[in-house]
Amino acid sequence: MLEIDIELRRGRFQRHVRIVEDARVLALTGPSGAGKTSVLYAIAGLLRPVSGRIAIDGRVLFDSQRRIDLPTHRRRIGYVFQDARLFPHRSVRANLLYGRHGRRGGEAPFGLDAVVALLGIGHLLDRRPEGLSGGEAQRVAIGRALLSQPAILLFDEPLSSLDRARREELIPWLQRVRDEVKLPMVYVSHTEDDVRRLAHTVHRLD
Amino acid sequence: MFTPAETSAILLSLKVALAAALASLPPGIALGWLLARRGFPGKALLDALVHLPLVLPPVVVGYALLAWLGRNGAAGRFLEEHFGIGFAFHWTGAALASAIMGFPLMVRAIRLAIESVDRRLEQAAATLGAGPLRVFLTITLPLAWPGVVAGTVLAFAKALGEFGATITFVSSIPRQTQTLSTALYGLMQVPGGEAGIWRLALVAVAISLLALLASEWLVRRQRRGGHD
Repeated sequence: MLEIDIELRRGRFQRHVRIVEDARVLALTGPSGAGKTSVLYAIAGLLRPVSGRIAIDGRVLFDSQRRIDLPTHRRRIGYVFQDARLFPHRSVRANLLYGRHGRRGGEAPFGLDAVVALLGIGHLLDRRPEGLSGGEAQRVAIGRALLSQPAILLFDEPLSSLDRARREELIPWLQRVRDEVKLPMVYVSHTEDDVRRLAHTVHRLD
Repeated sequence: MFTPAETSAILLSLKVALAAALASLPPGIALGWLLARRGFPGKALLDALVHLPLVLPPVVVGYALLAWLGRNGAAGRFLEEHFGIGFAFHWTGAALASAIMGFPLMVRAIRLAIESVDRRLEQAAATLGAGPLRVFLTITLPLAWPGVVAGTVLAFAKALGEFGATITFVSSIPRQTQTLSTALYGLMQVPGGEAGIWRLALVAVAISLLALLASEWLVRRQRRGGHD
């Protein structure tokens, strides 16, 4: 269960966002400038809300009244950025193994082999990020997020930097992740099509 | 080929410049990061203080060191009595003086390199569970590596050529504090020193050239990888 009730401010942009949702895959849509990415940033702790509360499955990440504000690296967020953000000085394998959530003592539901097979990136492991196509880079970024053993996956328009053909190529992989990985997901997009094909529920920001 | 005094000046210069560059590195990286990534009250003042040796006459730096860390300076006497550390008229004094003179160049290079590291990559690392120190060591520092190397070489080169602060602080005592630069200057003061001047000048050119080539090699090696 995702509970968000926050007051956001970023420069001149200001708005109140309230989302209480039980669906496992939630799409966040709305025109550009509506603050979709800001909501994801707030969940990840990259943007601090002026006030409010954010909780995932009862785990409080931010609560201005109780003065709780977990730093990003303790939030167990799997964030797939619009531009992949792979580390250019590390191989694909080293990118995949960078994540650390829950490595201390906790069980690791996602192993390297399983994630590599799930996303079909076995042939890329020894490559450098600079040689990857946009779709390949996004698949590696999804794998990297999964292998960090997150409690929630956040997708920030993962298709928007790809052309039409590459998009069609990536969507089945996303559907596969959605169906095989039992994690709550928030999927930000402004295209109706992929939202319909991926999400269970849609929340619209205007 | 070289007189004993020349050989010892060359070796001492290398020792002084290496010590100055390497000892500056930890505080240089810390300050470069602080100035590149943090906002805090007094930042402009700190920035100005770091750059001060660049604009101050070197003699002023040398004299300040002499006044504080010399045998009659308060800090100098304290260090000498309690730790047995003496900078005055000792090669470590030359290293300290040239480290201070080269410090602004080093901090500047490292700061620019860290500023040019994409912060979005640091954010991505944080979402993957890396705390601030791990982000710095695994993302920021490796990506800023060419600038760190360049800053170290600049500090080394500056230390190699440093003259004013060094001669003011530790004088130019053969075999103890006489470096390439101060030895060159000494030779200019006596008749018939031309041959020695040329020899030392050529050595200075050769060392500087080698330092530049070494830095290029270090940067290339890192680009090829080996950081996984």
